Amino acid sequence: MKVMENNSEILSGYGGGYEPADEARISEKLLLGLSGRQYLDLIVKNPVNWAVAAILVIGIPLLLQRYLMGLSSVTHGSQDYPWGIILGFGLFGMVPLSASGFMLGTTVEIFQRADFKPIERLALLNGLLGYFFAVVFLLVDLGMPWRLHYAMFVSFGPAAVLFLVAWHVATYLSVQIAEMLPAFAEWANLPRLKRFVRSIVLGLTIAGIILSTLHQGALGALFCYAPGKIHPLWISPEFQWLHYFVSSIFGGLCMVIVVSSLVRRYMTWRCDTNFLGNLDGITLGLAKGAAMAFITYLIIKIVAVAHDEEWLYLVSGWGIYYLAELFTMAVVPLCLFAVGVRHRRVTLVRWGALIAVLGIVWNRLNTVLVSYNWTSHQEIPTWQECWLVATILCFYFIVYRFVLYRLPVLFTHKSA
Amino acid sequence: MKLKMNRRSVLKTLVSSAVSAAFLRPGGNASAHDFSGYETNRGVLVDLSRCIGCRSCEAACNREQGLPAPHIAFDDQSVFEQEHSRRPDQNAYTVVNKYDSLLWEHPLFRKIQCNHCLEPACLTACFVNAYTKTPEGAVVYNADVCVGCRTCMIACPFSIPAFRYDSAFSPRIMKCIFCYDTRLSKGRPPACVEACPMEALTFGNRQELLSIARKRMRREPHRYVDYIYGEHEAGGTSWLYISPVPFAKAGFDMEVPKQPILNFVKDFLAMVPMVLTIWPGLFAGIFLLCRRRGSVAGTGESQESKISGEIIDESHGE
Repeated sequence: MKVMENNSEILSGYGGGYEPADEARISEKLLLGLSGRQYLDLIVKNPVNWAVAAILVIGIPLLLQRYLMGLSSVTHGSQDYPWGIILGFGLFGMVPLSASGFMLGTTVEIFQRADFKPIERLALLNGLLGYFFAVVFLLVDLGMPWRLHYAMFVSFGPAAVLFLVAWHVATYLSVQIAEMLPAFAEWANLPRLKRFVRSIVLGLTIAGIILSTLHQGALGALFCYAPGKIHPLWISPEFQWLHYFVSSIFGGLCMVIVVSSLVRRYMTWRCDTNFLGNLDGITLGLAKGAAMAFITYLIIKIVAVAHDEEWLYLVSGWGIYYLAELFTMAVVPLCLFAVGVRHRRVTLVRWGALIAVLGIVWNRLNTVLVSYNWTSHQEIPTWQECWLVATILCFYFIVYRFVLYRLPVLFTHKSA
Repeated sequence: MKLKMNRRSVLKTLVSSAVSAAFLRPGGNASAHDFSGYETNRGVLVDLSRCIGCRSCEAACNREQGLPAPHIAFDDQSVFEQEHSRRPDQNAYTVVNKYDSLLWEHPLFRKIQCNHCLEPACLTACFVNAYTKTPEGAVVYNADVCVGCRTCMIACPFSIPAFRYDSAFSPRIMKCIFCYDTRLSKGRPPACVEACPMEALTFGNRQELLSIARKRMRREPHRYVDYIYGEHEAGGTSWLYISPVPFAKAGFDMEVPKQPILNFVKDFLAMVPMVLTIWPGLFAGIFLLCRRRGSVAGTGESQESKISGEIIDESHGE
């Protein structure tokens, strides 16, 4: 709360939110109309920045160590657990939470629900940054990150699931950048760029749906390569892609609810009345959509258990752990959403969304780390590996906040 | 007249063959579905009852492939007590483990290396095509295109490929290549087979090895359990094992699927073209449906404000 007051104090001189004149210089726009000294003051007075700095002070040397001395200098370098917490969290956890872009893109541009318009850009930005940082996480974990483009231009294995993931994430990143261009064009005062992107927005949105359906599913299908290594409750080859796809639907929606709740509280000065005034209604609307996805998810999870005849596993220790995950990820949020929507209690929905977001990340980590090699030993990540995850998350936070402060995401630009 | 007919028939043939070449691809495609492996696929039959755990094969492999010196010498038998259940890693393409069994007269030893599957999971999972199955049966790896994603390590049902995590600038997958470059491509058996003093390893055509295995089992039924590990595991492997005790007792993973790993991802891969072709029309159609409703309802007012007005009414109604 202290943070917000500080920011508001400094920025309130600009009538709540700073909106630069179209002809203002880029440097002025970047500094939010403050002098360099004032801006520095803004950074130093914010305790969140000190926490971020504390993580980075250790994290950046660790990152250098990883690139100069090899992966095993910061991880266990386990031959039995090829994918650790960096990919488990960064790629498999971040991507479903970034489905928000295509969910809200579809709602507003295809279904033409203009009532969700105020949150569309936040959802698109959340998607873009989530994907971008999933790739950053990948670059940390990949053995030869300088060869990231090989699957596109050098050597092709088109029958592999990862080939599809690589191509789709790359093209979808481009689509998401294009979808965010109107906001950038408004900020940088480039009206012709905005008009051009608006003219192809339908194509972009449909491309986004196709690419998202396939690569969200493909991330699940990747685990079908290891049917014998993952505990049967976490792998069902016929339904795995469907589990991952459907959970990304409520994942994306819940992440937008969580992020919008945070900015509403800690970045109030940046939001306009169109955003703040409509947010409660929109949150309930998103919760309704997510509730449908929760129900679908629960049903196909039960179908998978029935299809693979895994009922007996449910009464084992693994089964209890599995049910705990399923309750956290879907049942508890579903109940909170039902009560929240019925009685218009938005706070309940916001907490439910947070639980679902944590639940999805838990599910992905359970598949990559916990239930993987369930018949042999359990990999526990090193503290350095976890710290690297926190470090990249800090970069994510910094970039996210930087963009929200400037681009017309939480407020409508005067030209719109 | 005759000339014309000829020309027409030639054209017909040309066109029809071009069409069939372009769309039907006769033969090629059909045989890919029925492909049951190269007839020239070589393999090795490992007889657990003959192995004495001398580790000559480990030493020979290390020499042949120029791998780093081991931290426990190859003639030191204490490795079996110090490190139970070793696996091939970045320093060793093959390892031998010891299994004490009351069911057999002496301890059993099991040599582990790449089994060179007929339909390799590593190969099908690799998105940069770094793996190749050669007609001789070897599964070889090309470090020049590898990105280091390690999906092959996830996919391999025998957990064979290892990654050189300790290298920052030239990491790569390390795995047995059946001595392809130096031996197999020239028709010679791999170094480990040649080094075996007990003839526990038999090199030959996979089909012949299967019949040799059956012959041994028939001649001395008390000496072998009635199973050939690798005949069906993961769709069949080039390396085959016969054992005097149930395979699970000698550390073999009996949960390995009896079909190629690729089969488990086929469901998803088959869905891909459906989404690519159906989604665009479907969602463009939904877009048009939604727009039509708006414009019919809109009378004078702009379409967007009409829709948002409707929605607001709706939410107030709840």
